[in-house]
Amino acid sequence: MNGFPWLTVAGAVPLLGAIVIALIPGLPADSAEADRQARNTMAKVLALGFSLVTLVVVIIIAVKFQVGGPNYQFTEIYSWIPAFGVHYALGVDGIALVLIAMSVVLMPVVILASWNDAESGRHSVKTYFSLMLVLETMMIGVFAATDVFLFYVFFEAMLIPMYFMIGSYGGGRRQYAAVKFLLYSLFGGLLMLVAVIALYVYSARSPVTGHHGTFLFSELVHVALSPTVQKWLFLGFFIAFAIKAPLWPFHTWLPDAAAAAPPGAAVLLVGVLDKVGTFGMLRYCFELFPSGAKYFTPLVITLSVIGILYGAIVAIGQQSMKRLIAYTSVSHFGFIALGIFAMTSQGVSGATFYMVNHGFATGALFILAGFLIARRGTDRIADFGGVQSVAPVLAGLFLISGLAMLSLPGLSTFVSEFLVLIGTFSRYKVAAVFATAGIILAAIYVLWMYQRAMNGPVRDEVKGMPDLRPRELLAVAPLVVLLIGAGVYPKPVLDIINPAVRVTMTQVHTTDPKPAHPASNTLTAVQKGTSP
Amino acid sequence: MPLQSWLLDAMEGPTPVSALIHAATMVTAGVYLLVRSNPILAVTPDARLAVVLVGTVTLLFGGIIACAKDDIKKSLAGSTMSQIGYMTLGAGLGPAGYVFAIALLLAHGFFKAGLFLGAGSVMHGMNDEVNMRRYGGLGRVMPITSVTFGLAYLAIIGIPPFSGFFTKDPIIGADFSEHGAAGKVLGTLALIGAGITAFYMTRMMFMTWYGKRRWEPEAHPHESPAVMTWPMIVLAIGSVGAGAFLILNDRLQKFLAPVVGVPPTSEGVFSTAGLVALAFALVGVALAWVMYGRVPVPAVAPRGRPLTVAARKDLYGDAFNESVLMRPGQWLTRLSVFFDNRGVDGLVNTLAAAVGGTSGRVRKLQTGFVRSYALSMFFGAAVLVALLLVVRL
Repeated sequence: MNGFPWLTVAGAVPLLGAIVIALIPGLPADSAEADRQARNTMAKVLALGFSLVTLVVVIIIAVKFQVGGPNYQFTEIYSWIPAFGVHYALGVDGIALVLIAMSVVLMPVVILASWNDAESGRHSVKTYFSLMLVLETMMIGVFAATDVFLFYVFFEAMLIPMYFMIGSYGGGRRQYAAVKFLLYSLFGGLLMLVAVIALYVYSARSPVTGHHGTFLFSELVHVALSPTVQKWLFLGFFIAFAIKAPLWPFHTWLPDAAAAAPPGAAVLLVGVLDKVGTFGMLRYCFELFPSGAKYFTPLVITLSVIGILYGAIVAIGQQSMKRLIAYTSVSHFGFIALGIFAMTSQGVSGATFYMVNHGFATGALFILAGFLIARRGTDRIADFGGVQSVAPVLAGLFLISGLAMLSLPGLSTFVSEFLVLIGTFSRYKVAAVFATAGIILAAIYVLWMYQRAMNGPVRDEVKGMPDLRPRELLAVAPLVVLLIGAGVYPKPVLDIINPAVRVTMTQVHTTDPKPAHPASNTLTAVQKGTSP
Repeated sequence: MPLQSWLLDAMEGPTPVSALIHAATMVTAGVYLLVRSNPILAVTPDARLAVVLVGTVTLLFGGIIACAKDDIKKSLAGSTMSQIGYMTLGAGLGPAGYVFAIALLLAHGFFKAGLFLGAGSVMHGMNDEVNMRRYGGLGRVMPITSVTFGLAYLAIIGIPPFSGFFTKDPIIGADFSEHGAAGKVLGTLALIGAGITAFYMTRMMFMTWYGKRRWEPEAHPHESPAVMTWPMIVLAIGSVGAGAFLILNDRLQKFLAPVVGVPPTSEGVFSTAGLVALAFALVGVALAWVMYGRVPVPAVAPRGRPLTVAARKDLYGDAFNESVLMRPGQWLTRLSVFFDNRGVDGLVNTLAAAVGGTSGRVRKLQTGFVRSYALSMFFGAAVLVALLLVVRL
């Protein structure tokens, strides 16, 4: 509560930007094309500027964040609706911080990459970029909220800008996809709303809160709920998050939405919005309902493993580049949920790091696929071929992003996937073995897509394809640099994540399993200098 | 075996790459890792037996393929597979074999890289021709390449005192003393493998360096420049001396003792197994001379017996992978995509359609005609009155 409200500022900057852009006066219909272009460029530059300022603010937050300090930092609490105990309460732990950082890094990248995405003339360009900035505010808010009601508000409000970005600026069956996305998410959100209200009711009955109902996360974690109540409320939250994430079998909205959305919106959808689901599982499902979470763990682990294999196999069979990438995300979210519900410190740290890396890797791949599709006019993989000899830089970056998808050692995704698998193996061996097969399937879908699209004889339609323009290179390069950088030296990020993971584990009353094998016990004894 | 089929296709790469990666370093990493895993192998005799079995099958498999190939690089690739089979066999024998597995790995690095560079030198002189049936009589025109190739040849087939003799034959010997009766059978197979090695290598020698010139008309073979011959000379020195250097005085054994332990006492350098292996090798050489040295080599391959035909097709490794793994995988993928579109998503869409359809039908009741509303109100009231009467009674 004390000090400068950094988080509010971080959230307010993009909102301000959105308002400024929306207020750019429109031109009369008969004005010159050049004038209209100038206005549009102004909107784009403003959007880029505001997103960069937000990035700077978040970098300041990250630098000021004390590793090893209190779990929640930069906290702000103001009473919002006293009648219902609703607070405007913000704060970040290590997990939320890295996710916010990922979101604000992706935002300028996406703005640069989708510079011309809204130019179809159907809808106004400035609205598109204004919506993006509104979405950024929501993304920061949803990760920073420490009041369950406030979280719910951001959680639902995020749908609105995304709905318009898909429905108005998308391609293909955009209306169908947008409505499907909205209905699916609203359905989950309403289940969560029921659980949120129930939380309030139970908190009002609890002596911990002095019989005052509250939505404050810091107080709710101390409210003792009976195991039965925990199971039901867990389900309410979990289904909402499972749809958002998306876990198998709640995933079918994602390929439709990602394929219909403009590439930039697809990056935000898969890279950030979906992470709210897995973030929510970790923060809310675990810490509020520990025994409920434990009860449902076998089910979630099973769904995750099915999702990993199923998503990958279906991805292999896709004809469309965008749908293929969307299905790989189904597989990757299986990995994230698996790591979270393995409930080991390695698994949870790995899953959190995975969320960040997946945002960058999938983001880069989606953006590059978007460039390819914009050049060729179709997203059928079979319509490409030989791109690598015409546009080597584009193909090379596509390959690196693809290799990140299959978790090649040296890239940051490898670190996180490896942590998830180790963390899972120490508790659920069979699940870990099946999940490992997902890596092989990942190699098939990535390399086969690359082979079909980039190698082979150059098709006539591909011949005139220009290589990356400087603006496009500037958009993708930071992501590739981050993937390689964090792959070689992941420690700074893991240092921020790990303490928060420890706190979460304590809240769930879980410790890492002891090595069971007698040989490893002997080894430990030897290391300690005592004879077995 | 059974994970071998990629190697022969990888020979499409440039020859120096083949020499470095597919002969000397990358493929032998598996052997290195096996030896590194010695604590695991030490506690699981069954796993060791499995490793020995895989090694034996692989060394025969690779050798048979090498016998049938006319492409010099593919024949060498089959040979590599076979030699790695020997190394794997050595690693599976436990402490008795680790040292020799590593020794063969190092010696193999010299002689196989030498053979590959030799093959590359020949191809350089022959317009990238790889078919050995188009070679013949090259010894005169490429003296340095032929001598270095020949030294590596003597090493790989295990003629004393070249390096293969010191490194490969002890593995065969150790095979006989491990794993009881199974060891005797596997040891015999390894001996046959030594004969096969001698056969395909001698075949390669005759087809390439001796006999009539079966060159394509436009081929003008010549010795390669110094930048190509010097590496071959260096490797030839290794082919000759590496084995003796590593094995005599137990140099490598002492060096590796902290990692893999000390092997049980061996029979010394000139063991019975070594001499028998030498005999098998000489039989292989003789057989190859009968078939390829004594009679001229036809420029076009004869049809051959069933085993030859199978070996030319890599003993159906690719066909096996395609029918057992790729086709079912393809079907599984198609089925999953269908299931996802029609099953999972179909369920969602059916649900949505059901809601939409119901609301559409219910909407039709709201006709906007007062008379139809009045009629339904009349019926409703009648039903209510009837119900009340029934309950009262």
